[in-house]
Amino acid sequence: MKGIHSSFMLELSAGRKVRNCAAQILISLAALLAIVPLVFVFVHVIKSGMPALNLAFFTSLPSPVGQSGGGMANSLIGSLILVVFGTVIGIPIGVFGGVFLSEYGKGKIAFFMRFSVDLLTSVPSIVVGLYIYSMVVVPTKTFSAYAGGLALSILMFPFVVKTTEEVLRLIPQHIREAGLALGIPRWRVIVSIVLKGAIPSVTTGILLGIARIAGETAPLLFTAFGNRFWPHGLNEPMPSLPVQIYSYAISPFEEWHKQAWAGALLLMSMVFLFNLVARLLLFRDKSGHN
Amino acid sequence: MVQKELVLSIKDLHAGFGSAEIVKGISMDIHRQDLVALIGPSGCGKSTFLRCLNRLHEETEGAWVRGKAELFQQDLYERGADPVEIRSKIGMVFQKPNPFPSMSIYDNVAAGLTIRGIKKRSYVADVVEYCLKQAALWEEVKDKLKAPGTSLSGGQQQRLCIARTLAINPPVILMDEPTSALDPISTAKIEELITELRKQVTIIIVTHNMQQAARISDKTAFFLLGELIEYGATSEVFTTPREKKTESYITGRFG
Ligand SMILES: Nc1ncnc2c1ncn2[C@@H]1O[C@H](COP(=O)(O)OP(=O)(O)O)[C@@H](O)[C@H]1O
Ligand SMILES: [Mg+2]
Repeated sequence: MKGIHSSFMLELSAGRKVRNCAAQILISLAALLAIVPLVFVFVHVIKSGMPALNLAFFTSLPSPVGQSGGGMANSLIGSLILVVFGTVIGIPIGVFGGVFLSEYGKGKIAFFMRFSVDLLTSVPSIVVGLYIYSMVVVPTKTFSAYAGGLALSILMFPFVVKTTEEVLRLIPQHIREAGLALGIPRWRVIVSIVLKGAIPSVTTGILLGIARIAGETAPLLFTAFGNRFWPHGLNEPMPSLPVQIYSYAISPFEEWHKQAWAGALLLMSMVFLFNLVARLLLFRDKSGHN
Repeated sequence: MVQKELVLSIKDLHAGFGSAEIVKGISMDIHRQDLVALIGPSGCGKSTFLRCLNRLHEETEGAWVRGKAELFQQDLYERGADPVEIRSKIGMVFQKPNPFPSMSIYDNVAAGLTIRGIKKRSYVADVVEYCLKQAALWEEVKDKLKAPGTSLSGGQQQRLCIARTLAINPPVILMDEPTSALDPISTAKIEELITELRKQVTIIIVTHNMQQAARISDKTAFFLLGELIEYGATSEVFTTPREKKTESYITGRFG
């Protein structure tokens, strides 16, 4: 009796081991499936981008057709201007919106706002570009950094609203009550206790938002447009890395293709860096608490 | 005996959430330097009652209050009464220690001052040291004031929260089961601290621990289903209760 019983148990545990093993293989396979394309893209972009990624690439203007060399210095600066512009508008709206939704977000206004923010995050970026084209570019009769930055800020702020709301909601209610119980006015509790405590996570959201807009091409195509020269002012067409990559990539010239790859490598590295910093920040914050 | 100054006078206070009435017409007077213990089975409205007194109750959705609660003859619920000002006069220590995360020990104690705009460094530093000493925590933390408040043990965190409350110098402090999340040694320390503090502050403490109520309080209020069943000198409530219900609760027949 005992023998039968234990051999039955053995069989059972053997079956379990097989199933466990199979599950593990499947899960590892799934993980691999996610990583392989990433590695392929990385390797390919690095291999294609390295040849043209020299000092001149960072310091010179694009060279005229037919001449070799030249760089994307103007696009680099243009991108910087556009992203800073978009961020400067996007951060305050995003953070304020997130604070509002998390701390006061109960009534009808909040419901409507949450709904629109959700919708806005899923609007295709080209639609945002088109909108700014009709609202800003057409009336002012010029492509400009204003238009481009505005388009980027519209893409950024809903994302920042959502991440800010989410991280503020993670701060427990009893912390807010502890602040109120000290006779601190509500808005000061929100700013000096709730928001201040969440700075690392809010920053992470902002960095991820920047990484998102840094690579956007579609909304810039007919807002900032592009330019082969140094940027002069904000009310002029503004070159940017993604648009420059786009126009070089669809050109028929081998030399420009190489530059497009170098630009792609640069863009990818920057976005990668932003993501990395954002995650490190979050990680440090998490391990800092107990 | 000279009648001590009347600090809190609660008259027919009702409170609840939505259609549920949790506090059902409580009236009680609390005098200067009284140490009042609120006892009663859990769910009988002790916390709700306490939170009415520093106007924290209204922070919960659907909360309502009716009746009167006067602090030094000022009705806390009269039109125009400022909850922010009331809360700076009636401090609160919560059941679960809740130091502000990502703030140092020092900043936690200073928060009530600095966030409300009192920034003079030497003054704030003096207050922090004084309150940490009062809360019997100074010796343990004086060399690591910059460490996060959350790095302390549970008992230390609770004493930190008491120091934080003392820093705004309220004449009344409410404590909602301040030791129920702590080990016996930390509990003993906090009880000792409370008996020290009562010399200068009026304290109302909710406790589910009847030995605690008997040990530290001089008045005891017994709550049952949102009503105040009995309120009197602790020695009398525990030895010769007037009400049958009080007796049953104290002798452990329910709750
Ligand atoms: N936010 C709320 N909404 C509705 N009912 C609540 C809420 N909070 C507490 N209650 C109810 O109020 C009653 C009293 O709670 P409480 O004052 O915390 O009692 P005690 O502190 O004596 O244990 C409980 O029955 C509880 O279910
Ligand atoms: Mg309670």
